[in-house]
Amino acid sequence: MGFVQEFLQQLVNGFSLGFIYALIALGYTMVYGIAKLINFAHGDILMVGAYGGFFVLIALLVTPGSFILSFVIAMLICALLGMFIERTCYKPLRSAPRINALITAIGVSFFLENVARVIKPIGPNPKEFPVFPQKFNLLELDFLGVHINQTQIIIFLVSVFLMFTLNYIVNNTKMGKAMRAVSFDRGAAYLMGINVNRVISFTFAIGSALAAAAGILFASAYPQVEPLMGFMPGIKAFVAAVLGGIGSIPGAMVGGLILGIAETLSKGFISSKLADAIVFGILIIILVVKPSGIFGQNVSEKV
Amino acid sequence: MKNNRFLALLIILVLAVSLIPVQGAGGTIKLGAIQPISGQVSAYGTQTRDAIMMAVQEINAKGGILGKKIEMVVEDDEASPDKTMNALKKLVAKDKVVGFVGALTSKCSLAITKYAQAKKVIMISPSSTNDTVTDAGNFIFRACYKDSFQGQVVAQFSYETLKAKKAAILYDITNDYSKGLATNFTEKFKALGGTIVATESYSTNDKDFNAQLTKIKAANPEVLLIPDYYNTVSLIAKQVRAQGLKIPMVGADGWDEITNNAGDEVLNCYYSNHYSPEANDPEVKNFVKKFSAKYKITPNALAALGYDATYILAEAIQKAGSTNPEKVRAAMAKTNRKFVTGNIKFDANRNPVKSAVMLKIVKGKDGKLSTQFAGTVNP
Repeated sequence: MGFVQEFLQQLVNGFSLGFIYALIALGYTMVYGIAKLINFAHGDILMVGAYGGFFVLIALLVTPGSFILSFVIAMLICALLGMFIERTCYKPLRSAPRINALITAIGVSFFLENVARVIKPIGPNPKEFPVFPQKFNLLELDFLGVHINQTQIIIFLVSVFLMFTLNYIVNNTKMGKAMRAVSFDRGAAYLMGINVNRVISFTFAIGSALAAAAGILFASAYPQVEPLMGFMPGIKAFVAAVLGGIGSIPGAMVGGLILGIAETLSKGFISSKLADAIVFGILIIILVVKPSGIFGQNVSEKV
Repeated sequence: MKNNRFLALLIILVLAVSLIPVQGAGGTIKLGAIQPISGQVSAYGTQTRDAIMMAVQEINAKGGILGKKIEMVVEDDEASPDKTMNALKKLVAKDKVVGFVGALTSKCSLAITKYAQAKKVIMISPSSTNDTVTDAGNFIFRACYKDSFQGQVVAQFSYETLKAKKAAILYDITNDYSKGLATNFTEKFKALGGTIVATESYSTNDKDFNAQLTKIKAANPEVLLIPDYYNTVSLIAKQVRAQGLKIPMVGADGWDEITNNAGDEVLNCYYSNHYSPEANDPEVKNFVKKFSAKYKITPNALAALGYDATYILAEAIQKAGSTNPEKVRAAMAKTNRKFVTGNIKFDANRNPVKSAVMLKIVKGKDGKLSTQFAGTVNP
C-alpha cells in the first residue's frame, strides 16, 4: 500500500467517524441555538437510541428492513424522551440563571446513565450490537486500493440524508422559520405570536432523534452497546460543535468532520498516543484565533 | 440545654463506635473478595466470584478454618481502580478482613497494593499478571503467572508455531496489563529473530481503531498481537477483518471468554491461558465437574484461579493457626501443592512458577465458537 492510498484510506476512516460526530454535534448546536442550553445529557440520549435500535434488531434479526425500522423506532423513542426531559427538567428553569440549567443537564446525564445500568434489559455489562451478516455485504467498495466497508457507506448515506432533511426543515418549513426566529430573538419571536414552547420542544425532539440515529450508526461501526457509551462521543461532539461555532448548523457539520478527520489523521500519521492531545490542541488554536468558532457570529456583549 | 444536646450526641457516638467491634467478632473469620462483577470484564468477575463462593462453601462444609466458618464479603470494583480502592478501604475499616482475593485486573490490583501492604492485609490477586503487582511488599501474592512469562509464551508460539517473522502490536497504552504484554512480546519476538513492523496504541474505552489498523495493514505484518480483554478485542477484531486483514491474531489470558462475546472475526486466532477445561488432569476434571453442576456453565480460567486463590488463603490461615497477619503471610509463602491451575509454589517475590497453555479458537459443527488445546509451554 503506497502512501497516497494509505492517506486516502485514513481520510475515508476520518470521514466516517466525522459524520457520526457531526450528527451528534447537530443536536448540541440546535438546542444551544434555540434554548441557549448546553444539553450535556445529549450523549446519553445517543446511548438510549443505540439501545432502542439494539432491541429492535435483536427481536427482528438484522435485515435491511429491520435496520431501517430500528432507526425509525429509536428516533421516535428519543424524540419523545428529549421532549419529556425538556418539559420536566429544563422548562421550569428557563428563567433561572443559565448555570442552573447546565447543572441540571449534567444531572440528567448521570440519571440516564445510572438508570440504564440498573434496569434489567440494559444492565451494566456491554452487549454485542447485531451487525449485518456476511450475505448482505453487497455495499463494499474498493477504489484505487482504498477499501470502503459497508458500515462506512451506510454512515455516509444516512448522515447525508439526515443533514439534507434537517437543512430542509430549518430553511424551508414554517416550523424552521419559527426556529430561526426564536434562535435570533426569543422575546421578539414570542411577541410576534410564535409559540416558543412548541418550538423548543420540537428542537429537542429533532436533536434527540439525530442523536438516536448517530447512536445506531456508532453502534454499528463499533458494535458494542453499554450504558456509558454516549459519554466520549458526547464530549467529542460538544467540542465539534464549539469548534464549528455553537449555535450554527453548518458549523456543527464542518466541526464534526474536522474533528473526525483530525483525530484519524493524527492517529495514522503522527502518533496514536498523541491523537487526543492534537485534536484538542486544534480546538484551542481555533478558539484563540476565532473565539466564536469557525461559523460562529461574534455577538458583542451589551453593557 | 446546648450542653446537654452535645453530651447526648457524644454518648450516641461512643455507643455507635463501641458497637462496631462487637459486630465483627462473631464465630466467623471474615475474608474479602474484590471483583469486577459489572462493567467491561464482568464475565470474569462473576465467574471468579462464583468460584470463590464455591470454594468457601466447600471449606465451610468441611468445618471451616480454625474451627470457624468463613464469611466472604464480596465487593464490586467495576474494573475501575478508584472503585477498587474504595472497596478495599471498606473491607479494611468496616469488615476488618484478614485477607482478600482481588483485584482481578492488573490495573486495579496495582492501585491498591501499597495500601494493602501498609494495612497488613493479605492480598492474593487471582489473575493480575502485570509483573510489578507483587512489588509493593510481602503481603501481596498472586495465583497466576506473570506477563513477562506470558508475553514470551505468545511470542515464542507466534514465531515457532505460526512461523511469523513480522509482527504488529496494537495495545492499550493506559492499561498496565496491556503495556506489559506488549513490551515482553516485543523483547522475546526480537530475540528469536523476528521483527516488529508496527506498534500502535489506543486508550481504554476507545471504540475506533481504523486509523491504527490502516497503518498496521500498510506495514504488512504476518501476525497481530492484541493484548487486551475480550470486549475490546472483539471490537478490534471486527475492525481488523472489516479492513480486509486476514492474518492470525494472538492474545493472552485477557481473551478468555471471547468465544461467547465475538463472532467469526476471531477465527484464526490464538491465545495463552492459565488452564484448559479440557485438560486430562484429576484436579481440573473434578473442578470442572463441580462448577458446571452448580452454575450450569464451563468454568473459565479466571474462575479456576479464583478458586485456587481462595484455597491458598484459607489453607494459609489454617496452617498459621491464627489470623495474625504476619503468621498467615509466612504460612502462605510456604504454599506448595497441586491446585486446579497447576502446581503452585511461590518464588522469592511471591509469584507462582507454573506453566501456560495455548488455545486456538475454532468453530464447531453447531456454528458455535470454542477453544481447542494447542500446546503447553513450561517456564
